[in-house]
Amino acid sequence: MIALRRFLRTPEAVAGALILAALLAMALSAPWFFPRDPQSIAGPALLRPFQDWTLPLGTDRLGRDVMAGLFHGARASLAVGLAAAAGAILIGAVVGTLAGFAGGLLDEILMRITDAFQTVPGFLLALAFVSVAGPSLATVIVAITLGAWTGPARIARAEVLSIRERDYVAGARVIGMHPLEIAFREILPNALPPVLALSSVIVAAAILTEAALSFLGLGDPNRVTWGGMIAEGRAVLRSAPYLSIIPGVALVLTVLGVYLAGEGLVETSATRRMNA
Amino acid sequence: MNRALRLIRRRLIGSIAVLLIVITGTFLLLEAAPGDAVDAYVVSVGGDASMIEELRRRWGLDQSAATRFAVYISSLARLDLGHSVAFSRPNLDVILERLPDTLLLMGSATALSFCLGTFLGIVAGSRPGSFRDRFLSIGSLALYAVPGFWLGLVLIVIFSVQLRWLQLGGIETIASGKTGAPRALDIARHLVLPVASLGFIYLALYLRMMRVGMAEVWRMDFVLAARARGIGRRRIVLRHVARNALLPLVTMLGLQSAAMLGGSVVIESVFSVPGLGRLAQEAVAARDTPLLLGIILVSAVLVIAVNLAVDLLYAGLDPRVGSSGEAA
Repeated sequence: MIALRRFLRTPEAVAGALILAALLAMALSAPWFFPRDPQSIAGPALLRPFQDWTLPLGTDRLGRDVMAGLFHGARASLAVGLAAAAGAILIGAVVGTLAGFAGGLLDEILMRITDAFQTVPGFLLALAFVSVAGPSLATVIVAITLGAWTGPARIARAEVLSIRERDYVAGARVIGMHPLEIAFREILPNALPPVLALSSVIVAAAILTEAALSFLGLGDPNRVTWGGMIAEGRAVLRSAPYLSIIPGVALVLTVLGVYLAGEGLVETSATRRMNA
Repeated sequence: MNRALRLIRRRLIGSIAVLLIVITGTFLLLEAAPGDAVDAYVVSVGGDASMIEELRRRWGLDQSAATRFAVYISSLARLDLGHSVAFSRPNLDVILERLPDTLLLMGSATALSFCLGTFLGIVAGSRPGSFRDRFLSIGSLALYAVPGFWLGLVLIVIFSVQLRWLQLGGIETIASGKTGAPRALDIARHLVLPVASLGFIYLALYLRMMRVGMAEVWRMDFVLAARARGIGRRRIVLRHVARNALLPLVTMLGLQSAAMLGGSVVIESVFSVPGLGRLAQEAVAARDTPLLLGIILVSAVLVIAVNLAVDLLYAGLDPRVGSSGEAA
């Protein structure tokens, strides 16, 4: 409760939390407010925003409801962002813990693989993976995870290296715990906080990568995504720029919300640790 | 000089290992892709069933996966990246033709983001906690949240559609017949918006790093000592604080090169700059997997080279690096 009050004291964190709450509400209420398929025709084509109150943000060049697209697109952004970040942190934490705890040859091999993944531009890797595996929500999530796990792996490894020599780890060895059990039950949980501090940056990057992939037409073709809406609006950029600008603003606000809330969380936990 | 040579040697050995892993990865993706090189070749050049058999045998595609991998590596060693279906030409030729535009775009965007980001970072970090600092800090966060391709579209709407200041598309006016300085000016005019869209996003990163680094240096004893000696504030900011906070940004320059290359894929397709990124998108659209993987390999080599250069630069700037023999 004290942590929550401290979190709410910084205006940036509150703004971030509000944006994320609104986004979550949009994603969850989309099927309830807009039960129709957002890819179906809802009215006349290229209706400008604020003209017709049943279609508040207007329609695109095929007459699809922009507002409905925005609500349904929030689902894709949120799902991909959270799933890819969770996958990246999980893989990174496991690889980093194994490398740091085992040391020697395994450490060397795992870190060279990490180097290799950092050398290939993540977006090109995602592009190649989606084009080989075919575009769907699942492949997009895997593709983004492939480029995002290296950061968490490095941080987890550095943390594990410093924890490895602590007394309680030596104690666990003495009572005959299996090395894997020591690595994943004693060390990993203690190495996790700095890795988790990175999560807002990873979620934000995942959301931006998903948007860029669907902008290039590599998103799930059966779902409305903000990146796809921006690409769709690009064809009429000169006559109806609002079609590209509206989903872009939603994207910027979402990523900003993730950053602000994440910074607030990190600051809150940092002050807590300092006070303890 | 000896120090630099030792550093180069150590880095090169590490880079070869990394490159081998990347090659293994691209081979696995190639194997996973539907169709093989012969299918691709026959689609673009043509041929009958007996020729397909013959080609498969000659290129070693009827062998086991291990042999195919050996064939793949040995052809890469001869700088043979395979044949492009989409362009009916060797992949490497197509890639090298597109590389200069991407290098120009990336180089300009990196210079823009590094210089402007560092400058604004110094402005923000010179008075931590001030209004100026908070404003730049929030502003850079907002900028960092903007997708580059969308920023590009917004800039097009403002500068090309509304104000009609800049023409669009490509890297220069086609068949303008310009040479020398007028041609350079033409290219520069075409590059303003793509460089701005790519550079402004990463500017935020350097700004924030500079600001955080300076906040740390402010707390150090030698800064206090400099103030006690009565040195002017401007001189302390530039000579003592900013200078010590600048070094990590140089490392970031190398680390960001991969992200910059990835970002240029989308930016190039927004502005139809005929570079490597646009080629990657064309390869995806034409389902030309070998070409796409060739692009990945070339960009990995590029990133390794940039990081090597940055390491050398760093060794030149910081005498502690490389002298102990321990990895930096």
